[in-house]
Amino acid sequence: MAVTTVDSAPAPAVVPAKKLGRGYWAGVLRRLARDPVAVTAAVIILLIVLAAIFAPYVAPADPYKSSMIRRLRPIGTPGFLLGSDELGRDMLSRLIYGGRLSLVMGVLPVFCAFAVGSFLGVAAGYAGGWLNTIIMRTVDVFYAFPSVLLAIALSGTLGAGILNAIVALTVVFVPQVTRVAESVTTQIRNRDYVEAARVSGAGPFTIVRVHVLGNVLGPIFVYSTSLISVSMILASGLSFLGLGSKPPEPEWGLMLNTLRTAIYTQPMVAALPGVMIFVTSISFNLLSDGLRSAMEVKA
Amino acid sequence: MLAFTLRRLIYVTPVAIGVTVVCFLLVHITPGDPLTAILPADATLELQEQMKAAYGFDKPLPVQYGLWFWKVLHGDLGHSIATGRPVATEVLRAVKNTLILATVATLIGFTFGTLFGFVAGYFRDSWLDKLASFVSVLGVSVPHYWLGMVLVIIFSAQLGWLPPTGAGPDGSGDWRPDAAHLRYIILPAVTMSVIPMGVIARTVRALVGDILSQDFVEALRAKGMSEFGVFRHVVTNAAPTALAVMGLQLGYLLGGSILIETVFSWPGSGFLLNAAIFQRDLPLLQGTILILAMFFVMLNLAVDVLQTALDPRIKRG
Repeated sequence: MAVTTVDSAPAPAVVPAKKLGRGYWAGVLRRLARDPVAVTAAVIILLIVLAAIFAPYVAPADPYKSSMIRRLRPIGTPGFLLGSDELGRDMLSRLIYGGRLSLVMGVLPVFCAFAVGSFLGVAAGYAGGWLNTIIMRTVDVFYAFPSVLLAIALSGTLGAGILNAIVALTVVFVPQVTRVAESVTTQIRNRDYVEAARVSGAGPFTIVRVHVLGNVLGPIFVYSTSLISVSMILASGLSFLGLGSKPPEPEWGLMLNTLRTAIYTQPMVAALPGVMIFVTSISFNLLSDGLRSAMEVKA
Repeated sequence: MLAFTLRRLIYVTPVAIGVTVVCFLLVHITPGDPLTAILPADATLELQEQMKAAYGFDKPLPVQYGLWFWKVLHGDLGHSIATGRPVATEVLRAVKNTLILATVATLIGFTFGTLFGFVAGYFRDSWLDKLASFVSVLGVSVPHYWLGMVLVIIFSAQLGWLPPTGAGPDGSGDWRPDAAHLRYIILPAVTMSVIPMGVIARTVRALVGDILSQDFVEALRAKGMSEFGVFRHVVTNAAPTALAVMGLQLGYLLGGSILIETVFSWPGSGFLLNAAIFQRDLPLLQGTILILAMFFVMLNLAVDVLQTALDPRIKRG
């Protein structure tokens, strides 16, 4: 008997919560769509992502095909719309293909940190006690490192490579996400409806799944999106130092590094990969800002 | 106040010990044996065992950590594999150059950041606010290593006004405060200042907006205080937080200088770290990271204590 009441008790509460949730996110999207800056940023990101995905169809030339006699052509050369690099490869094609690695290296660490950090933060915030102490004091230690230093220290000791760079950046962002997740969860945990669910006999997993996650994942997600811009800059920075991708792979940070020798001969071409990093990073920042203010209206 | 400082110090101690554990473990997550960097490839098994014992790598990890930590407490960070010199002296010399660069950059960033932040906060939602806010978003979104390259392209390669790399006319020497060295710090410092500028501008804008909407500002204006007098009240209210953010930014720049120092060949801790990574000089790598992280921990503590001392509204809990 007791079991059936427990099972049926949270059920009526779930339905309106879900309905509210859908309406809330629809409202957020509607407000976001009215923000011209956020829409522009989203369109730019979409274009860069689509170009990267469909690079073989979009790029005018083979990004690996070098030509010793056509090195460092200026922007606007026939056949080389954005010039050519130090090995005579087509810049436009390399920039389009470069988005693949740069985006993956920038976005994937934030995605992993969102998953791991939410898990750790919700666990620490909901469980409290010794589990909270262990998780949060460990987070404090990683927080004691400036993020750039930690990223470089980890990828420097793990060794150069795309996977190591992604792991290093994930480790940098996990503590930051965990802190936010823990503080939102602690707030939600003390709400009356969580107390009510507990009193009515719901187990901790049910409460977290039904009452906590729906309320905390939004704020954690918005915070995580604000990290993508930093992550893009850091990921390309690691490649720029030679700790990320390896030549001849097209990647914006690495391209910027190899073109450093050309700043006296072909400065405009040499600066191009950085423009791509800049545009992507600022678009993610503006979209994240827009998302935050679109979500805050209700609060 | 002393009791508060001591309490914060006690709170920071476990974090500081945790930082030493992470730095210690860094060397042990490196792929392969930490000795491979020191030993020749054809070293005999006997020599390998000998070296293992000499470096203490044959003992269990906690014992190794204890021995290492004891040495660190006495200022002994080991010797650089590449140069054979003590790591502590190498790092401290480099940190001095980075500290100079980061301080100049923070001051530039603070000056323009507070200026933009105040303008944006005072004229909220005007075109001035939008412009200042946009500039601060640019500041936090720009890949600073690329900005450094662009400045070198403009001011060194094209105009020839400023030197592109180095800290002084005498090659790789240390930076000194004189006219000849001053030209060398401008480009790296300006490049570096963009990040704190953006962050400080955002903080100050939010602060000023909050303060202006409070009742006491209304009261000051109602009793007939001049706009300048009100402005002074806003400044005193915003100062503790703005200064705290500035202090933290200095710490981030100290730890994050590696990219900018690489672009400008600035002989600081980031440059040293870069060399240590690519020469697989593990003691130097470990020592640099440990000192920079400890610096950051202490700076955080100092900011925390100072902010509480400056702002009587914060409870000394």
